[in-house]
Order: sequence, then structure tokens, then C-alpha cells
Amino acid sequence: MSAEAPHVKGGLGQSILRKEDARFIRGKGNYVDDVKLPGMLYLDITRSPYAHAKITAIRTDKALKVPGVLAVITGKDLEAAGLAWMPTLMSDKQMVLPTDTVMYQAQEVAAVVADSRYAAADGAALIEVDYEPLPVVTNPFKALEPGAPVIRTDRKEQSNHIWHWETGDRSGTDEALAGSAVRVAQDLYIPRIHVSSMETCGCVADMDPVSGRLTIWMTTQAPHAIRTVFALVAGLPEQNIRIISPDIGGGFGGKVPVYPGYVIAAVASIKTGHPVKWIEDRSENLQADSFARDYHIHAEVAATPDGHVTALKVKTLADHGYTDAAANPSKFPAGLFHIITGSYPFAKAFVEVDAAYTNKPPGGIAYRCSFRVTEAVYTIERMMDILAHRLKMDPAELRLKNFIPPEAFPFKSVLGWTYDSGNYAGALRKAMEIIDYAGLRREQAEKRAKGELMGIGISSFTEIVGAGPSQTFDILGIKMFDSAEVRIHPTGKVIARFGTKSQGQGHETTYAQILAEELGIPADDIRVEEGDTDTAPYGLGTYASRSTPVAGAAASMAARKIREKGKKIAAHLLEVSPDDVEWKDYAFRVKGVPTKSKTMQEVAFAAYTNHPQGVEAGLEATDYYDPPNLTFPFGSYICVVDIDKDTGQVKVRRFVAVDDCGTIINPMIVDGQIHGGLTMGFAPALLEEIQYDEAGNIQGGSFMDYLVPTAVETPHWETAKTVTPSPHHPIGAKGVGESATVGAPPAIVNAVVDALQPYGVEHIDIPIHPWKVWQIIQGGPKKP
Amino acid sequence: MAAVSRPVTHAASLTSTGGSVVRVQTIVNGQAVAAEVEPRTLLVHFLREVLGLTGTHIGCDTSHCGACTVHLDGKPVKSCTVLAVQATGREVRTVEGLEVGGKLSPVQEAFVAEHGLQCGFCTSGMMMTATALLKKNPNPSEDEIRDAIRGNLCRCTGYVNIVKAIRLAGQKMQSAAETRGGPA
Repeated sequence: MSAEAPHVKGGLGQSILRKEDARFIRGKGNYVDDVKLPGMLYLDITRSPYAHAKITAIRTDKALKVPGVLAVITGKDLEAAGLAWMPTLMSDKQMVLPTDTVMYQAQEVAAVVADSRYAAADGAALIEVDYEPLPVVTNPFKALEPGAPVIRTDRKEQSNHIWHWETGDRSGTDEALAGSAVRVAQDLYIPRIHVSSMETCGCVADMDPVSGRLTIWMTTQAPHAIRTVFALVAGLPEQNIRIISPDIGGGFGGKVPVYPGYVIAAVASIKTGHPVKWIEDRSENLQADSFARDYHIHAEVAATPDGHVTALKVKTLADHGYTDAAANPSKFPAGLFHIITGSYPFAKAFVEVDAAYTNKPPGGIAYRCSFRVTEAVYTIERMMDILAHRLKMDPAELRLKNFIPPEAFPFKSVLGWTYDSGNYAGALRKAMEIIDYAGLRREQAEKRAKGELMGIGISSFTEIVGAGPSQTFDILGIKMFDSAEVRIHPTGKVIARFGTKSQGQGHETTYAQILAEELGIPADDIRVEEGDTDTAPYGLGTYASRSTPVAGAAASMAARKIREKGKKIAAHLLEVSPDDVEWKDYAFRVKGVPTKSKTMQEVAFAAYTNHPQGVEAGLEATDYYDPPNLTFPFGSYICVVDIDKDTGQVKVRRFVAVDDCGTIINPMIVDGQIHGGLTMGFAPALLEEIQYDEAGNIQGGSFMDYLVPTAVETPHWETAKTVTPSPHHPIGAKGVGESATVGAPPAIVNAVVDALQPYGVEHIDIPIHPWKVWQIIQGGPKKP
Repeated sequence: MAAVSRPVTHAASLTSTGGSVVRVQTIVNGQAVAAEVEPRTLLVHFLREVLGLTGTHIGCDTSHCGACTVHLDGKPVKSCTVLAVQATGREVRTVEGLEVGGKLSPVQEAFVAEHGLQCGFCTSGMMMTATALLKKNPNPSEDEIRDAIRGNLCRCTGYVNIVKAIRLAGQKMQSAAETRGGPA
């Protein structure tokens, strides 16, 4: 059947192999640290051992005596150029290098420029700094207490409170909660974690002193926005700045912010007249680059006695470290946290978030998710299980009873989002069938009778990605559109450039597939480029699963513009009126006479050799796509765990993930994204956390004690799909890079808590280390 | 900016003016190479910066991530934890040496076929570890594969397709060996 169906090689739905792999498997990728320029110098950074201290002196003489060391840069040097501080994406400000005070351990204090990597490191080790320690606050609740030491004395407001944000109906929600027969409440802490992309951050900054042109090869997920930020911060003319984001070794949100090292390297290049390379170590990456999460959440859910949810109230304290350097859309300081009503039609809801400064590194970035959606999904999916437990109801039954039904879409949530499409019960039922949910519950009952600990956990999440519509979404005022520029050459081959930047997602392949489908040109004939601001059209970059929803849509729209023009050329070739030509089955065809047709390749050739009068030569189009809405991928995950009673060790026995990301472009790549996402959901549930002691010393500052999962801990993931296209996306796609990271943690925690039901447990904060479980088991079973 | 006036040298981008040097004489991907470097020079820096073999990556500073894995006399080592001088008189193989005579190795082919890589950063080290495993054990179980790659971190793939790729490569190598062996 499929042999007969019209198709294009490499079009939608085909698991074609990735174009980018050819270079990576040969070791021929081009990452930032692979860039080597003539005369290039190296930069290394001296960092603070204190979490809060006054700097009374910086002595550079020993460093400058190291053979090969050429210069030392301190905050005083930057202050002279007005660059000691820079704005954050959240309109707060951040030190590039301090002039008098450090505010977290591992903060940049001075930078050493040398003619070799080793000499730069030697020099950085010999910078001598005198510190006077100041009182340290690492707990955000204590930071907001009266009399707490004020961290940001540079601000007018002499307080550690950054902002308050709220949405929803406070009094209506309070009334609903007060009058409710069933009410559950829980504190949930989602600790600090770190994206730990395998490639750390870095850059090569190259100021050409003759032309005044600054080129920066940089580990950035958003090269165009970075160019504009550099222009505004450094006062350089934007046409003289070129940001090149070469191959990126994983991003996950950690390569959205502008880190001090980038700016220092640029200053060093300007000052020395040489290209300057800065590559951070893993420890620097973990200790100083943006963290994720760190939300202290209190949630309350009201329900009817038969288990219909009615109201949700959430109060959260966000720990931002010493500055708010999150990467959220400007209007949403707590990101899209108010997707927190999840897959359920709450009638009343209220969410409030307060943000506090502490003596910790700044951040609040995503960790493979769309602006705090993971925090939201974790909260609601944990609360649903707590409610099920309280009602003595099966958690699957509770969810099926409450899901927004398929016919209710587009669905307006009580906190203001319009969910585009969904079939939540369909995804959950599919997952239950694959894993044999009823059979598992029987097995669990038998094991429980024998005193064995087995748990089953469900998460039925709704994501919110593809930011975003320009009326509500901007970063520093720049609207969150994205772009595609598509050019067809005379021989029918294509080059397409995008404002996004892949970090492993496979854009060179998937964008080519979208264009193949739209243009009838095989994906092999389409070359995709991103990441060079001199050549690619302006876009806001790749994060928050926005590439397919926004730039992917731009690809479709640009291709359709080309088809519109192509129609005129085809009509000319076919000697009919353009009105008589339609695009069908991958060719321009005369209406009613489909055999009379011209391919896109024939039309492309004519566009350069035989274009009709009144039609411009050439065949290309650009589209800046402003999405009409966000997209709302969803899914249901079921996790089965076994717990060793003697050690508290949790073993994930099975994990079935049913995802719905709308139209699937490349099933192989989608599965790969889900596997990776699941692992980055598993990691914070059971392993990863960055803690600080009271003096502000980081406790997870290297791979010695920051537990990125290896292949041994990582479960064998099982994946399946349902397909509910987005009604507003040109090809119905929704985005998939992050769903699994967002959906997985509550499924795992729910499974562990379910296993520990005999001990009367309703919640355990993540990460669930064996000792937490072991302590619960030592407490002994609770009588029901 | 405090600065010193001094000529900029770029002999090997690792070695600064002054200081002692040692001679490294080794065979990398079948080619004899020799260079003078600081005694403390790590093998990974020697490969990347002196020889320009940038396929070997650096992902951590505690020998945990395995992105820098290369073969030293056929055994996988983390080249961030080996001094360049230790390679003297020995044979080094890097990711650039997997493809021989324009033909990809079975491991390289299988990583593409099974989508065993995404960002590509861990891939070189992962393939070197996989190649060494399959030489020892051409038909490893899933558990044996997972155990073998425990020193190679990947943040993108969740390991599922890496495991599949290594199994596929093992199968291909076995059937190729049988074909070569011919009937008994």
C-alpha cells in the first residue's frame, strides 16, 4: 500500500538516519574547544573560596611572573570600562568580575590571560586575594526573615526579597478549599540541580583591531539574542558582532544565559588584540553556571468525596541565588509555573511565588524543560497521588475520573492557558495496557502480603512549550518568534537557515524532513544551517522545546511561500493560468489533469533560466513565525519499582512512557529525545542534587559527588505513542525534547511512595537516596 | 589590566616560554609522532592541541565522564588521566583511527544505524570503550554492555540506543568473522 502512496524521500514520519552523524562518528565535529586561531591566547579564572566576603586586596604580581602569562583582568579594570556588572535576562544585574564583594562560592574574582592553557591555569592559581568574610545566607526562608544580612546592598530595596508574582483567584480558591469535604496539603521541595551537558561552556572571542569586528565562537543556544545583548551591554555596533554557535555538546537550558567568562574573554581579546579562548572545567561548570529548580512549594488540593478535584492553591518560595539570572519570558518571572492545574479541569486555582536572594550561584534555568513546567507537573502529579491515597482510590482511576475530556479542546484552563489538543485518557489507557496495570496491582498485593516492597507510579502530564505568541512572550523585549530562510538552487537543491540552534536534537535532519514534505524535494538534497548570526535569519534560539513548534512552523510557512511563487512559474511552464495549478502529491499539477505536472525541481530550474514576465527570478522565501498559541504535548508514564528492604535501594523494574507530541517528524529521533528526557527525569528523582552547607560551601561541585546517571543505574526505557496533532501548527507538531524530563519524576516518586504505603508514607522529597528509604523502613510499618 | 610586555609564543599552545620539556615518541593511529612538551602535559591535551586530533573530548576534571577515552596498546584509557610521556613507545588509537581505508568500523556504523548519538560529545569516547569491549567479548549481554560503558557518561541518549548500537556492532563483527572464516 505504502509503495503506491505518494511520498517524498525523507519526508514526515520517516525514521531517516541523521545527517549530523557523519562528522560526529569520525571525531570531526567542531565544538568550541576545537576552534584554534592563529595567535590565540587562553583565559583562566580565579574563583572565590567564600560564599560571601569583602575583597580587600587582589595581588597579581606572582601570577604575572609565570612564564607565558600576559595579563590579569580584575573587576577594577572592567569597572573603568563600565563592564563590572551586566544585566541578566530577568532585568536584574550580575557581576562580571567583582570590584569589592563576592556573593557565592566559586564566583569569578580575576582572570588570567596567557599564551598557553597551562600557563593561564598556573597564573590563576597564583592570584592572591584578601577576603573579609561576611555573614552567609543559604536558606531562602532565613534570607527573608527580618534582620537577615542583606546580600544585595547595591539595590535600593535593602532586602533579600526579589519579587512576588501571583495569578488566579485567591479568595475564590480559599472559599472552595474552606468549604471542601476533602482537602490535602503537602510541602514539596524540588532541590537545586544542574544540567551538566557533557560539553561545558566556553568561547573563543576574536576582536579584529583593524575592522573593529568581534567574532565569538560560543556555546550558546540563542546566538542572535546573544548578539543583541552584547551590542547593548558592550556598546558595540551590532553589525560588527558575529556570534557563531558551532557544534554544541548538549545544552538543556544551561547554554542560554550569558556567563561572565564570555564577557571577560571578549574584553581580553579587545585589550590584547589576540583571539582569546575560555573553556571552563567541569567543576567550574557545576559550581558557577546556572542551576535549575530550587523551588520550595506548598500545595493544597480540594476535592469532592467521590474524587472530583475542585480547587488548587500553591505557594512557592524560589531561591535564585545572589541574582535573578533565570531565563524566563519577561512577563513570567516564575516561568510557566501556572500550567500547574495540569491535565485536570480545576474550577478554582491560585498560585503565588516569591523569590529570594541567597549566597548561592545565580540561575533558575530550565534543565531540559519549558520555564518551570517540571516544577508544576511534579506538584500536581504528586498531589493527585496524595489525594488518591487519602481517598483510598486507585491513582489511575482518580486521574481517569478527572481528565479534561478530548471533546473539551481547545480547553481554557482556569489560570488562563488555552490547551490546543489532547486525549489524556487515551494515553493513560495505552500505558496501562502495555504494562498490564491490573496484573501489576495483583502482583503488588501478593508481594505486600509477603512483606515485599513493590510500587507502581503514574504521571499523566501536560506540557506547555513552543514559546511563544508575541503579545505575551518576549525576552528583554525581543518577541519570541523564530525564523526560517529557504533557498532553492537552480538544480533543485536547497539550503535552509534557521534562527534556532541544535545541541543534539538533530535539527539538520528534522528541519530537512519538514521541508522535504512541503517542497517535494528529498531530505538528502536539503542542507540545514544554524548558529551563525552573519548568515542565519534572526531567531530566539533553541530551548523550551520551541524549535519544532516555532522554527519548524517557519520552515513550513517559508516553503508554502515558495509554493505560491512556484505556482506562477509552473503555470508558465504548463501554459495554463496560475489559478488552474494546484500543489498536490508533491508536485504542481493542473487541476483536473493531475498527470500534467511540474516538479519543484523543474520549477526551480525555470526560476533561474525561464522565469515568467512579472515574476522575480530566483526561488526563496523567509518566514518569521509568530505562533498563535503555545503547544501542549502530553503523555502518561507508568513506573514499577522494587525496593530492597535491607538497603533502601530503589530499582526501577519497568518504565513505560506513552508520549503524544502531535505529528511525528522522525520516529527514531523522537524516541531518542524521549529516552534522554526520561534519563534526565530519573536523575533528579533518585540521584542529583546540589546542596550547600551553612557557610555556603557547595556539596556537589564535581562529578565526584554530582551523580549524573551512568548506563548501570539508568533503567531500560519502553516507549509508545499516541498522535493528537496540534490544530494550530502548520504540520500539527508539538515538540518533544523535554516532555520526558518533565513527566518522569513524579511517576518515579509516586512509585516509591506507593511501595512504601505499608509505612504510612505520603511524600518523600527528591532525590530519593537509599538512606531516606532505609530510614522510613527502619521506622517500621504503620497500622492503617 | 595588569599586563607584562612579553612576546607571545605558540610553539605547541601548551608549552609556555621557559620550563623543561620532554620528548614524546609514540604511534598514533598507526603514524609515528614525536614532539617536545612540558612533562605534565596530559595525553588528551597532546592529542588535541599538539596533534590537532580534536575528536577526543574533555568533559570533566575528575576522570568520570569518559569523553576522552582512547586506546593505549589496545586498552581503553581516559586520556585526561594519562601523561603524554606515558604514551612513549606505545600505540595510541583515537576516534580518528576507527575508520580505516575509508571504511567505517562496525561500531561507527552501528551508532548511526541505531541513533546511538545526539550531541556527539560523548560519542568518541563511548565508541572507543565499545570497540574495546567487543574485542574482548563479541556477544555481550545488555548488562555486560551497560557495565562496560559505566565510565562513559552520556547526557542525551539515556543509553538505550547506545546499548542497541553496541549489540548490533557485535553481531555484525561476528557475522563478518564467520563469513571470513568460511566453511570449516
